[in-house]
Amino acid sequence: MTETAISVNDLRYRWRKGHADVLDIPSWKVAKGEHIFIRGASGSGKSTLLALLAGVLLPQQGDIQILDKYVNRLSASQRDHFRADHIGFVFQLFNLIPYLSVIENVILPCRFSRFRKSKVNACGRSLEQEAIRLLNHLDMAGDKLLHRPVTELSVGQQQRVATARALIGSPEIVIADEPTSALDSEMREAFIELLFQECRESGSTLLFVSHDRQLESLFRHHIPLEELNRLEQETA
Amino acid sequence: MAILSLAIKSLLNRRFTASLVLISIALSVALLLGVERLRVESRNSFANTISGTDLIVGARSGSINLLLYSVFRIGDATNNISWKSYRHFANNKMVKWSIPISLGDSHRGYRVMGTSEDYFRYYRYSKHRQLEFLKGKPFEQVYQAVLGHEVAEKLGYSVGQEIIIAHGAGKTSFSMHKDKPFTVSGILAATGTPLDRTVHVSLQGIEAIHKGWIQGRKVPGLNISAERASRSDLTPNSITAFMLGLKSRIATFGLQREINEYPGEPLQAILPGITLQQLWDMMAVAENALLMVTGLVVLIGLVGMLTVMLAGLNERRREMAILRSVGARPMHILLLITGESLLLCLLGIAAGLVLLYTGLFITQPYIETLWGLYLSIGLPTEREWGLMGLIGLTGLVVGLVPGYRAYRYSLADGMSIRI
Ligand SMILES: Nc1ncnc2c1ncn2[C@@H]1O[C@H](COP(=O)(O)OP(=O)(O)OP(=O)(O)O)[C@@H](O)[C@H]1O
Ligand SMILES: [Mg+2]
Repeated sequence: MTETAISVNDLRYRWRKGHADVLDIPSWKVAKGEHIFIRGASGSGKSTLLALLAGVLLPQQGDIQILDKYVNRLSASQRDHFRADHIGFVFQLFNLIPYLSVIENVILPCRFSRFRKSKVNACGRSLEQEAIRLLNHLDMAGDKLLHRPVTELSVGQQQRVATARALIGSPEIVIADEPTSALDSEMREAFIELLFQECRESGSTLLFVSHDRQLESLFRHHIPLEELNRLEQETA
Repeated sequence: MAILSLAIKSLLNRRFTASLVLISIALSVALLLGVERLRVESRNSFANTISGTDLIVGARSGSINLLLYSVFRIGDATNNISWKSYRHFANNKMVKWSIPISLGDSHRGYRVMGTSEDYFRYYRYSKHRQLEFLKGKPFEQVYQAVLGHEVAEKLGYSVGQEIIIAHGAGKTSFSMHKDKPFTVSGILAATGTPLDRTVHVSLQGIEAIHKGWIQGRKVPGLNISAERASRSDLTPNSITAFMLGLKSRIATFGLQREINEYPGEPLQAILPGITLQQLWDMMAVAENALLMVTGLVVLIGLVGMLTVMLAGLNERRREMAILRSVGARPMHILLLITGESLLLCLLGIAAGLVLLYTGLFITQPYIETLWGLYLSIGLPTEREWGLMGLIGLTGLVVGLVPGYRAYRYSLADGMSIRI
């Protein structure tokens, strides 16, 4: 039996009162451990959907259930806690904190989530050891790389550090919002392979968002956002 | 705490601009505390100069003027008072002791004060401290002088040395009492008051060197030898002022009124403590203005910090979005940005303190020679801590401005990265 990681019901979201809805999703479920590719044109509302799932935005209508929590029913601080504990993020570009070292960037989520920190410690590793282990997997643990300011890393290297950050403390859900758009096509595939491998290892559910059709073939499950979103179907 | 270490690292990352801001805050804080230090120290030094004197009497003029020239050797008397009036009140039954003062001459820029031996017996400074002799003893003969500590030190004089007194005050007086040199009979221990810069001689000495002078000018052709002068009647006709110590302080106001209404000549009696207070009241306006200006300088320093923090905020929206994505709450963002300002401000205050003490150590000897003001270098006073606390608090309030802005940004932006 597969458990659900994400379940969305009757969701409606618009940015401002009086504006048209951006999202209108009657029903959507994602099973635990799945790797899902969500495709959609630019401006179709992909990032908005992710922000709703992460509890940064609140829907005007409907329910969003992540794991066993209705995130839209939590208070703002509970949502922030929930996000820190259960969701890891990789963004498009330059998503490292410029004044922190590589390792400090990787362990950043553990500074805001005791839960993720304790998960690391439960494996008998310190945060630094875990960060180096993850970076090692991502081919990023060379001594020279570790001690370089993050602003001097190449884009691909930065994305790998960001991936290690998203994966530390094995969050149940990993969200990647166009993480490959700055990479060339060869690096893109290698990066996605890495991401799959790491998510499989930690048993995380992966939501991967992009407008790039070429990547679709790499995923077993893929959904065009238009299929989820009733509005897109109407206007299409 | 996570946010504090983030704030420190973020500041270190921008150490160039941060240190510029820090330096400007440090300088302004040092300026403010320095002005406050000078104010308090100069008040203390004034208050410490005279103690235990109940009344000071001089010719009628401003009371502050009388206090300044009789005690602090600042400015000059407009008029003298007669010896007769002095004796009249010195013999009053309420009076325990009296010290006559005669000013007007100088020695190489240091004022010469004619007085009596009672000066060394009864004069008190700094909470009832008596004058002490470092070397020698009080003057006993007409042509003997007692030097203040600084006079002896700066001019390298010792007991037994002969000195020439010049007519009038000022360093470049041309008319000298060359024919009547004085011998140093004693040197006083340091007091940290204008006394250290005074040459003390007897009233008779003052009288003797002015024999053959009329109205402050030497009569041409009339030369009276030192020997002859000292043998003539040396009771002065007039003196500049006198100090009185009373048997009972209750009598002070009564005697003051009596002196002020003295029919013989227009006299004025002042209570040193009250007149000093009047002086403070007068100075308070200037002091407060100065304090306000330096306070504004601190504020300008803090506004500089505000500008830098606000200018950097927009390019940090990406950083805030990333922090939000790893679980930072909008409140954390506010704490981070405000904390950076507060940290800068507190570091600025600390650096300002370091600057202040360095400045004090370096300028202390110069201030002492220039103004005769001895700066004691102690720990910050309660008021100074208060000022620093106020600056820190202002820094916090100023820091809340970019902090709140960042808070609003992070609420509006969420995790979406905008540049
Ligand atoms: N902060 C905001 N305020 C108002 N409207 C917004 C805001 N952010 C996005 N929108 C609007 O919501 C819609 C969906 O935006 P979203 O960023 O989710 O698109 P997207 O699918 O992620 O696009 P892209 O592929 O370019 O990243 C767009 O029409 C956009 O104009
Ligand atoms: Mg997007």
